[in-house]
Amino acid sequence: MTANTAHAPAIDTLTVGEVVAGGSFPLTRDSLVRYAGASGDFNPIHYRDDIAVSVGLPGVLAHGMLTMGLAVQPVVDWAGDPARVVDYQVRFTRPVPVDAEDGALVTVVAKVGAIDTDAGVARIDLTVTFEEQTVLGKAQARVRLT
Amino acid sequence: MNPDIQGRVFPPTPPYLVGREKVREFARAVFATSDINYDPDAARAAGHADIVAPPTFAVVVQEATLAQLLAEPDAGIDFTRVVHGDQRFSYTRPIVAGDELTATLTVASVKSLGGHSMVTAESSIVDAHGAHVVTATSTLVVRGDE
Repeated sequence: MTANTAHAPAIDTLTVGEVVAGGSFPLTRDSLVRYAGASGDFNPIHYRDDIAVSVGLPGVLAHGMLTMGLAVQPVVDWAGDPARVVDYQVRFTRPVPVDAEDGALVTVVAKVGAIDTDAGVARIDLTVTFEEQTVLGKAQARVRLT
Repeated sequence: MNPDIQGRVFPPTPPYLVGREKVREFARAVFATSDINYDPDAARAAGHADIVAPPTFAVVVQEATLAQLLAEPDAGIDFTRVVHGDQRFSYTRPIVAGDELTATLTVASVKSLGGHSMVTAESSIVDAHGAHVVTATSTLVVRGDE
């Protein structure tokens, strides 16, 4: 039907446990300001250290929804079309502090978690880490493939 | 917080018109690289009416419903104690530029756990024809007194 279909992986070629995608995302304070404007989430803990510290945080944190949003991008590129991601869920288990000078590097590894050939849907499980600690739990994207 | 709000359905939000530049702005903010997020020709070649929003874009539309919940006088939610616990998006079809979307929040559950409360809010997002596009589900943790 479309040029794009040719790029999508065939579901019957996948193996549970196989790493299919991944990437590293260097976050800076600029990234947080950009996400604040794009999303409309202007909670000052994402851009003001003084306010973050006053509520007991180590400093400015990345928006959880920014981490969620970028973590699925390697899966989108692998699938070939953002529309193939039909379901996506995460649990926010650990915050990502973003240093004013050094930023924060978030790393994503995407593995095949389950394959439903009849439904044409693969569950891709994401491991998302910052400083070698997992920051998202139960991060799963369901991807429609053919 | 007030457990009696379980099951409450809020009024639909005013229609949100998905703009092409907003989708692009959001896509850049979450490090999206797929042409289908930016280029109408690439999107049409893949069978879409216009550029496709990233999987987490629905949060922009959902946000107005969460504001309704937090502002509900008898809900008893102190927003300064709210932490985002879980997030999920379940799509019937992708969001594309030009969509006019309306969201309706239902309080799916209210639970107490060791002094904290957990509220799960399901926002059903439909298009101008009333057809389901995506359900955005958030679990918010309201911290108790420490």
